[in-house]
Amino acid sequence: MANRLVVRNVEAGYGAVRVLHGVSIEVNDGETVVLLGTNGNGKSTLINCVMGVVRPERGEIYLERDGQRIDLVGRTPEEIVHLGVTLVPEGRRLFPKLTVEENLLLGAFRADARRDIAKNLEFCFEAFPVLRERKRQLAGSMSGGEQQMLAIGRALMATPAILLVDEPSVGLAPVLVSRVIAKIRELKERYHLTVLMAEQNFNQAVKIADRGYVIVHGQIAFEGRTKDLTEHELVKKFYLGV
Amino acid sequence: MGARSFGAVALAVVVAGLAVTRVLDNQYYYFAGYVVLQYVVLATAWNILGGYTGYVNFGTPAFFALGAYTAVVLIQSLKAPLAIQLVAGAIISGLLGLALGYLTLRLRGVFFSIATLALAVVLQTMFINWEYTGGARGITLVRPASAPLFGNYVQFLFVVMLGLAVLAVATAWWIERSWIGRGLTAIRDNEEAAECMGVPTLRLKLVATTVSGVLMGLAGAPFPYYVTFVEPTSVFDLNYAVNSLAMPMIGGSTTWIGPVIGAVLLGTAQQIATVTISSALNLLLVGLILVAFVILAPEGIVGLVQRLARRSGERTRRSGV
Repeated sequence: MANRLVVRNVEAGYGAVRVLHGVSIEVNDGETVVLLGTNGNGKSTLINCVMGVVRPERGEIYLERDGQRIDLVGRTPEEIVHLGVTLVPEGRRLFPKLTVEENLLLGAFRADARRDIAKNLEFCFEAFPVLRERKRQLAGSMSGGEQQMLAIGRALMATPAILLVDEPSVGLAPVLVSRVIAKIRELKERYHLTVLMAEQNFNQAVKIADRGYVIVHGQIAFEGRTKDLTEHELVKKFYLGV
Repeated sequence: MGARSFGAVALAVVVAGLAVTRVLDNQYYYFAGYVVLQYVVLATAWNILGGYTGYVNFGTPAFFALGAYTAVVLIQSLKAPLAIQLVAGAIISGLLGLALGYLTLRLRGVFFSIATLALAVVLQTMFINWEYTGGARGITLVRPASAPLFGNYVQFLFVVMLGLAVLAVATAWWIERSWIGRGLTAIRDNEEAAECMGVPTLRLKLVATTVSGVLMGLAGAPFPYYVTFVEPTSVFDLNYAVNSLAMPMIGGSTTWIGPVIGAVLLGTAQQIATVTISSALNLLLVGLILVAFVILAPEGIVGLVQRLARRSGERTRRSGV
């Protein structure tokens, strides 16, 4: 099943505050795309628009699945998850008082994911051995890095066609950020995932990205292959301090 | 507990209840037992919304009283038998639950609780002013002189309430094990995250408010024949709101057995206090026990037992090495 996510000229905001001013991005099948930008430029808002949590005022968001177009604007988060788009939310948003295993099971709430539940659970434990060791532990009692692994595992329980990852580095020590990023790369290479990741940690994000967009004040300021990104002036100015 | 052993225990409870009616003759025990069982139903019903889903409902009297007044109307107009009163009470209170869910969708936490409190006040005002059901003066009802198979009608009501308690607990037990229960727990723990994971939060909350309403209505429907006198201040009593909340809190609000333990313990304690000390002491007793539990065992008796079991389990493991 080939999946492509297209966001075209999306404008969105909260009340009178406009956050996104006509953003267009594309994520092709099997690609890992990063959305780069510092705090407050609209990364999370864009991700939330795709998930149906924030409703865009204008513009289109759709999936292309085997040549068929499926519009996402106007659908509820529940329907969007059912279409195979799942989110690893910013700040992890686990269910802290439930066990690791219960958190994972909740990731497979949609009906067709429930059928594959045993297989997916095994897959998550294989991908994240630490989760198997801690499956009876309360999610809230784990370290930040382990919680991030659990958040990713939970999203994978729905066998997503497209995985959205919102700022996986937030609140993690640098060594853990590297580990999480390495894990996402491993998953992508082993299982051919299509990933859209919002991140402000440029050096980490480019390690796994095929392409990237730089978003500044709610507009795409630059897009290109990873190599072009590292050499681009904007990136140098914002991220590398050159 | 597996489905088979749960079924066996449920059956044993019903059989034991029936056996008691063949042996025990003192009517007081049936009166007292009925009240305790009624609280098992109310506490279990409250817990589906308050314990599993995390939405604290202060409106128990509204649902209970609506079940009771539905029965009053049916007795007044049609002389309907108890079975019809039960079904109608369940449906009407269930609809109220569904409506409450729809009206309070956007309210969370304390705002939801305030809305449920308002619901009880509004309904009470309505029944105070409705002459057909007796208005503020109340209404006296004559219950059938005897019931088939039981002879004594109070014994019959006791067995009916026992059946309703088993039904309520079985419903909670089933919900806890199903996908519905898992979704409700997710809503309690983190509603936004649940929504992002594809949990149909809106529909599940409506299921919880409706099921909770149905069970509370069932608890209220036999009440007119039990007391034979129904008036707004007694069926909208604060007792129902406080007890149905305190019992799951004391027993433990995350499992089906918690409200049962809480209702049996607290309900029995109240009955004993009523005859030995004074009937005015009830609410004070509940308040004191609740405060003690919130401080000493915030997860209730079930949580306390689990914690002790875990600790002793760790100790044996350590000493075994």
